[in-house]
Amino acid sequence: MLEVSGLHAFYGHIEALRGVDVTVNEGEIVTLIGANGAGKSTLLMSICGNPRAAAGRILFEGGEITQLPTHQIVRLGIAQSPEGRRIFPFMSVLENLQMGAAVTDPGHFDDDLRRVFELYPVLEKRRHQRGGTLSGGEQQMLAIGRALMSRPRLLLLDEPSLGLAPLLVKQIFAVIREINEQQNVTVFLVEQNAFHALQLAHRGYVMANGKIVMSGSGETLLADKEIRAAYLEGGH
Amino acid sequence: MPANVTRGGSPVNCKGFVMEYFLQQLINGLTLGMIYGLIAIGYTMVYGIIGMINFAHGEIFMIGAFVSLITFLLLGALGITWIPLAVLVVLIATMLFTSVYGWTLERVAYRPLRDSPRLAALITAIGMSIFLQNYVQLLQGARIKPLPPVISGGFRFMKESDFVVTLSYLQVFIILLTITLMLVFTYVINRTSFGRAQRACQQDLGMAALIGINVDRTISLTFVTGASLASVAGLMFLMNYGVIDFYIGFLAGIKAFTAAVLGGIGSLPGAMLGGLLIGLIEAFWSAYFTVEYKDVAAFAILVLVLIFRPTGLLGKPDIEKV
Ligand SMILES: Nc1ncnc2c1ncn2[C@@H]1O[C@H](COP(=O)(O)OP(=O)(O)O)[C@@H](O)[C@H]1O
Ligand SMILES: [Mg+2]
Repeated sequence: MLEVSGLHAFYGHIEALRGVDVTVNEGEIVTLIGANGAGKSTLLMSICGNPRAAAGRILFEGGEITQLPTHQIVRLGIAQSPEGRRIFPFMSVLENLQMGAAVTDPGHFDDDLRRVFELYPVLEKRRHQRGGTLSGGEQQMLAIGRALMSRPRLLLLDEPSLGLAPLLVKQIFAVIREINEQQNVTVFLVEQNAFHALQLAHRGYVMANGKIVMSGSGETLLADKEIRAAYLEGGH
Repeated sequence: MPANVTRGGSPVNCKGFVMEYFLQQLINGLTLGMIYGLIAIGYTMVYGIIGMINFAHGEIFMIGAFVSLITFLLLGALGITWIPLAVLVVLIATMLFTSVYGWTLERVAYRPLRDSPRLAALITAIGMSIFLQNYVQLLQGARIKPLPPVISGGFRFMKESDFVVTLSYLQVFIILLTITLMLVFTYVINRTSFGRAQRACQQDLGMAALIGINVDRTISLTFVTGASLASVAGLMFLMNYGVIDFYIGFLAGIKAFTAAVLGGIGSLPGAMLGGLLIGLIEAFWSAYFTVEYKDVAAFAILVLVLIFRPTGLLGKPDIEKV
């Protein structure tokens, strides 16, 4: 479904991605783990065209999207819940969800909204509250909900568990599985919470210094000594 | 800009009629303020979405006044003299043509610099302002251009006293047209998909793109909206003062910019409020103090506001990025 090959990307002179190859198949949950600054967020953003790939190719459902403008990439069915959540702070919860549906057929809106409220009932309670006044966990739910409102086929999630209490983390991960299994959404999940992510994912990639350094099934990576040392027992 | 002698106002030489005099200045100030407010919205919208001060916006207003003048003269030559029709045609013409200028300005001068340092965009904006002034000067000449009164007459109040308060039909026209435009504009911003896209871009341009909004188009439409509101201000200015030249955009632009900052740059209601305040300050200052320093008064108040309330009256504090 998503094929990234030989991807390089820069911020000015800093080379944040140095030849990345990643494949995500339809129906999978694939996770990408790695230390802070490895280039994970850059990869997700690069898939959406910002920063633009300096070299390499990105294919989505067989079509090349490497040079498409961001809004066109997104309209093909890729939604992102980006690093930092980036809720529209002066819009209500409802308006944020409406914004997520900006490019879809308005006929689906009520159904989609109901589905998001079923996943996250707290959003319904807060639907007239301004996005900027939500708690961190609620903002994360809203960011995922907003992404779902565009009816994506591929959902890119950047550290949805960051800064959340353990109970909330569990809940977020349970919903990701539900989205994947029941709504048939393919998920590419960036996480520092490697333990949970690898348990949830079908496959995983490990990134360091802008390159993929290891890949395999969730269980294989979980069992790997080096990974345990670097990402699991290190305190993440 | 001619001092406080507008076609609507009564002459200023009447001590002893405190109430009447005050009312007259209130009317004059509000009318003037609405013109500034309409221009200020363009500054505030553009700043809100791409974080730049479009210094050429005053010139867009000036071009709006010229397009209005030319259209009036054309209509006169064609023998279309029924005033409501003529004004409507001029209104539509100036909004259309001036929008094209606003759109082109962004497309040609600002978009290529979107990712450059702020200073580059700022210098370009000043350059475009000078360019547009010279462009109009070359095309239209440097001399002041007059327009005979289109709407004359008015309501007169307090006839029993010696100082008659006048609310001219022109002022009524300006006030009603501004209110109508504000209602339409508020509806567009709050209820339409362009409005939602506009607000999303204001709050987070990158995120707006990530939900599929065509950011370039939204920015273009923002310039078009700002320019068309400024063009209406140009039309009002032309009708109110009866004379224009290629230089009117400078002072009006600075005052409208002051209004935008006073109201809180980025805030749409703030722009209107700021405009009204600047108009009132100007009218009252020239009425009660001296005409000479009326421009300084507005700026002095701006400085005070910025010292005590840097975000302006209705400005939002910077969004804390989580
Ligand atoms: N906006 C930016 N401008 C410049 N450098 C950046 C920017 N964002 C990230 N970087 C740099 O790119 C590298 C990769 O960052 P990032 O993709 O955010 O890593 P991760 O998400 O894995 O923590 C880091 O060295 C970081 O400092
Ligand atoms: Mg990151």
